[in-house]
Amino acid sequence: MERDVVIRLRGIRTQFGTQVVHDDLNLDVYRGEVLGVVGGSGTGKSVLLRCIAGLRPPQAGEISIFGQDALHCSESERRAIDQRMGVMFQDGALFSSLTVRENVEVPMRTVPGLSAAMRRELADLKISMAGLPYIAGDKFPSELSGGMRKRAGLARALALDPEIVFLDEPTAGLDPIGASAFDELIYGLSQSMGLTVFLVTHDLDTLHATCDRIAVLAEKRVMYTGTMSDMLEVDHPWVHEYFHGPRARAALDTKERIA
Amino acid sequence: MAEAPAIGEQARTSSADPAFGLEQQGDIWALHGELTVRTLGAALPRLLALKGDALALDLSGLTRFDTSGAWALLKLREQQHAAGHDVTLHAQSAEQKALVARVEQAIPEVPAPDATRHGIQHYLAVLGKAVVGVGRFLAEILAMLGVFLARLAHLARHPSQFRLTALVYHADQVGWRAVPIVSLMAFLIGVVLAFQGAVQLRQFGTEIFVVDLIAISILRELGILLTAIIVAGRTASSFTAAIGSMKMREEIDAMNTLAIDPATVLFVPRILALLITLPILGMIANVMGLFGGALMSWIELGISPAMFLTRLIEDTSMDHVLVGFVKAPVFALIIGVIGCHAGMQVGGNAESLGQQTSAAVVRAIFAVIVADALFSVFFAMMNI
Repeated sequence: MERDVVIRLRGIRTQFGTQVVHDDLNLDVYRGEVLGVVGGSGTGKSVLLRCIAGLRPPQAGEISIFGQDALHCSESERRAIDQRMGVMFQDGALFSSLTVRENVEVPMRTVPGLSAAMRRELADLKISMAGLPYIAGDKFPSELSGGMRKRAGLARALALDPEIVFLDEPTAGLDPIGASAFDELIYGLSQSMGLTVFLVTHDLDTLHATCDRIAVLAEKRVMYTGTMSDMLEVDHPWVHEYFHGPRARAALDTKERIA
Repeated sequence: MAEAPAIGEQARTSSADPAFGLEQQGDIWALHGELTVRTLGAALPRLLALKGDALALDLSGLTRFDTSGAWALLKLREQQHAAGHDVTLHAQSAEQKALVARVEQAIPEVPAPDATRHGIQHYLAVLGKAVVGVGRFLAEILAMLGVFLARLAHLARHPSQFRLTALVYHADQVGWRAVPIVSLMAFLIGVVLAFQGAVQLRQFGTEIFVVDLIAISILRELGILLTAIIVAGRTASSFTAAIGSMKMREEIDAMNTLAIDPATVLFVPRILALLITLPILGMIANVMGLFGGALMSWIELGISPAMFLTRLIEDTSMDHVLVGFVKAPVFALIIGVIGCHAGMQVGGNAESLGQQTSAAVVRAIFAVIVADALFSVFFAMMNI
């Protein structure tokens, strides 16, 4: 079955000075899937996310998003692509001088024809969909806990109903209950909104709970892609350690108990 | 129903021209095109304008549909329900149905807004808060000064804990690097005084008194006051920004947990550096001001530098110089304490850093001028 590829990476090379982070990296992301990207610290997971999101162009290679060359296109084409993607940064990256509601309204301001009242109501809807209470909309980011900031960041990333959402460590720093609530939120939203999710994480529970497919970054490229059960078969030492370590077993047990 | 495309399945042909259409087909209103956040501005008024006892909407023609679209349909339904009518959605795909259900579940309940209080009570409360705020600010400034003096006394007894490197660094930042701007400012003030004095005094033929004019005003007041104002602008803001950004990133909390006293590490070297360098800057300002004045007197009035110097030494009492220098440490304390205090007031966001930085400069300059006025009154009463 031919699946619709929304992000296609070919031969990506990124480096900082002489330090090569990615070399000849290839990856396809299919429409409607939740792709989890894992890898040890310093393997350039976040760098890859920033590459695709257009924040840091790679030194070489091709990125095509929605079938369009995302590296060699005009600025207005790039902006059109950006409007169809949303990024949630690690700590939310909310604008600290705006309330949560105003933060969510920021991307909506780029849409012509939306009145202020509509923006406000839509922002309240997005805040609620991200699992925050109504009153959180009036608060400033500094008045929120880390978990609430992440939810607010997600609400802003979803403001324009993007087709692709990039999540950078969505559950890092959350308590287990908050983290699994966030997992369910991501999974539920991806199902009902038909989202494609590109998820960078270290959290094995998140991988179990949300991801359709997993991509392992190692040795400067995407070493393996596949489902969770595929990953358990891989005999690369790092991958084996990652998916068979004590934490992985605990996550797997939980998963089985729930199932 | 089968031909309803899945959400997001159809790639948008042109993102610049999304269109929403609404057509009556018999009893049913057929929606087609896009019903998304991009078309909402045009679509919502058209949907809300629909009238009828039992509206039936056909969603099968929609090529794109998102949460904003689902919200618009729910809004229409809410409006119709309020009027006692009903809305039915036909030919929804499974995805559309799930989306509408999800949005319906998420629509927040808006609590009734608090009635805002107006009238005299409200304004009295605001005034009261402002007065208490000023009182608290003064108390905090005094507390900050107390902490500084206490830590300084502690360091005098335990000199090994003193951070000489930090002191030298800050002395370089607040003192040495301010020399060019302070010199230039003082030189120009001297020039201006000489020029203005010459114009006035020439009318009486008493040009020679321009030396006294320049010497007294610069040595007694202007040299040190203007230096303090420039330093307040330069240094109070940089203290606030440096300490404030450390506060913002929880570095100060980290110091506390590591049993490092922020007052000893941050405040003492900064304020002490100001205490040491401000009198030196004032002295430089005095010299440069006199130099500018002498130069202008020579050009404008023909008072030779030798004559200027003789007149300066013979006529100007040493009191003026002392009166000027007595103020310098006080100004230094005011600037340093206000700058450090504002830094500690910074909250969690970038906005408050900016607010506190500008507030620190305004307060420091204001406080320096007030202190100068008090000094003037005091010296006048003492006949100095």
